[in-house]
Amino acid sequence: MADLVIRGLHASIDGAEILKGVDLELSKGEVHAIMGPNGSGKSTLAHVLMGHPAYEVTGGEVIFKGEEVLELEPNERSQLGLFLAFQYPAAIPGVTVANFLRMAVNAHRRDEDGNENPIRIPEFRKLLQESMEQLKIDRSMTSRYLNDGFSGGEKKRMEMLQMAMLRPEIAILDETDSGLDIDALRIVADGVNSLVGPDMGTLVITHYSRLLRYIKPQHVHVLVDGRIVRSGGPEVADELERDGYAPYGVVEEAV
Amino acid sequence: MAERTELTPEETQATQIGEYKYGFHDDFTPVFQTGRGLTEDIVRQISAHKSEPEWMTDFRVKSHRHFVDRPMPKWGADLSTIDFDNIYYYMKPVDQQAHSWDDLPDGMRETWDKLGIPEAEKKYLAGVGAQYESEVVYHNLQEDLAKQGVLFLDMDSALREHEDIVRQYFGTIIPYNDNKFAALNSAVWSGGSFIYVPKGVKVELPLQAYFRINAENMGQFERTLIIVDEDAYVHYVEGCTAPIYSSDSLHSAVVEIHVAKGGRCRYTTIQNWSTNVYNLVTKRAVAEAGATMEWVDGNLGSQITMKYPAVILNGEGAHGEVLSIAFAGKHQHQDAGGKITHVAPNTTSVITSKSISKDGGRSSYRGLLQVNSGAVGSKSKVVCDALIIDDESRTDTYPYINIDENDVDIGHEATVSKIGDEQLFYLMSRGLSEEEASGMIVAGFVEPITKELPLEYAVELNRLIQLQMEGSVG
Repeated sequence: MADLVIRGLHASIDGAEILKGVDLELSKGEVHAIMGPNGSGKSTLAHVLMGHPAYEVTGGEVIFKGEEVLELEPNERSQLGLFLAFQYPAAIPGVTVANFLRMAVNAHRRDEDGNENPIRIPEFRKLLQESMEQLKIDRSMTSRYLNDGFSGGEKKRMEMLQMAMLRPEIAILDETDSGLDIDALRIVADGVNSLVGPDMGTLVITHYSRLLRYIKPQHVHVLVDGRIVRSGGPEVADELERDGYAPYGVVEEAV
Repeated sequence: MAERTELTPEETQATQIGEYKYGFHDDFTPVFQTGRGLTEDIVRQISAHKSEPEWMTDFRVKSHRHFVDRPMPKWGADLSTIDFDNIYYYMKPVDQQAHSWDDLPDGMRETWDKLGIPEAEKKYLAGVGAQYESEVVYHNLQEDLAKQGVLFLDMDSALREHEDIVRQYFGTIIPYNDNKFAALNSAVWSGGSFIYVPKGVKVELPLQAYFRINAENMGQFERTLIIVDEDAYVHYVEGCTAPIYSSDSLHSAVVEIHVAKGGRCRYTTIQNWSTNVYNLVTKRAVAEAGATMEWVDGNLGSQITMKYPAVILNGEGAHGEVLSIAFAGKHQHQDAGGKITHVAPNTTSVITSKSISKDGGRSSYRGLLQVNSGAVGSKSKVVCDALIIDDESRTDTYPYINIDENDVDIGHEATVSKIGDEQLFYLMSRGLSEEEASGMIVAGFVEPITKELPLEYAVELNRLIQLQMEGSVG
């Protein structure tokens, strides 16, 4: 069985059904891409997998490492090894990046009974420094308030930094390419690629195929109107780049 | 900034479970007390017991008459439930003040240990006064400061040993008839601090006073007078706690501060009374030319607090600042804020208020900004931000602004926010529990104030806030 199994997932928000039966399997070491037009349910899928309280799951199941994920709080999902890189990460004024990261790292070091095993400060500093160098993030960032007044590119890099430090088993990247210029995109993609490996599975959610030039998926799925309508290899992204979403009955600008 | 990142998450996010941890009391029999209720005779008894000069006895009696005649203030929190007849107005715990913690009775010594005062004194304080009920039971000042002429004693000793200075300043900034509770304090005051910092002397470490109520239905009425001479500096810190009882206690202090030309005084309060204490305090400072007065006023405890630290900017170029932080939990009403009066030209002021309301608590910002005619070139900025944790809680803003001068620069901003679902979800998606996440958001909200405090007090304030936050969500 795959590490993450999504079966017949239905979800709605404010009474409107967005996901209408999503099936997907993903394992560590794999990179999957989900592509779809605006409003197809891509971001909803990301939020539902992480447990956003605004969405109501109306059917289906999500199994991760043998556990029924839909029963868990977002923090429990995170501790289990799921990670969501947000398209629009929230700002937390007054909380420094360093403080936040240390809290998050320590939350992941707690045992099942909730006993603390806080990271030692020198060890934390080393981990932070290495991760920042890898992602070409300036040191001064650690004393800034989390995402407060960050540019679009800085926010995305901050998401990648968190991913690097929390070492998830399954990472979901929600439109990580949006709002990035080509240099920032390269840096982010390099960061992701350096983490992708046998220990992490990645689900890249994107509208455009541009990001997939840098992060190479083995599997590409097309999500239209809350359902996966096509799954295949990298060639699916090439098709979408050429033909857009028109073959799926979607009238939209080119991909 | 670098220093702030050293605040560990363990410190900002207290892991300790439990609510108010200072609610214990000692079984203690005072050596002298005046019984419940207040009469002119009791006022005279207190003065006689202290062997005071006649002018002070007269001052007390005059104040008591005004207290009786003065109606209850109707404009703020609801004070109709105070039962003045049920309060003990004077209680003397021990015969003599100690200058070594070991000289205190065992039970009392244990209380101070539990509150961490002797340890704090060793680590980072230049002097400590510890008041228990009506009297300061312990007092100490570092020797080198005493040699430089710094005076730091309890107010009663100051009246005995430095009567001339006390008589010159006492009741001049806050007259006995300023308000009903200032009148009450003027009638029955006991304990509190007297500080004099001579010209040019900078007291690097804070001086601290700690106020402890132990008995049920106690009234504590300390009186503090601080004089900072030209170009001198002092940071005075006060903390306070009380046991939890089913009936009410009353705390009503008066604090007067003179900051002479070029001097600077910072006065930090971490108020953590139990929620059966009415806290009705009058605090006012006068800043002369080029002087700076800063109030850092943290109100976490008490049932009702009404307190608006004030600065009168009396000399050209004086600067006044009020940093106010209030946390109103269940059954609490924090009516706090600040008052600034610009009298002289080119004076500047900042009021920053941050309040948090949860579990049906109510916080009110009440502030007065007054610019007198002739205070040309004055600048003032008022910012008040309120954070509401849940739908039962409430916050109000009452900013009063009177400007009698055209050539001024005044700014006022107010915001009310709730902890956002997106913020909570974001932090929880990184492994933080809902409690940890909302605690972190609140710690960030008050950070502009805690970063102004010495590290020890920032840690303490954060810890108290996190304790208040526990169990508030989910």
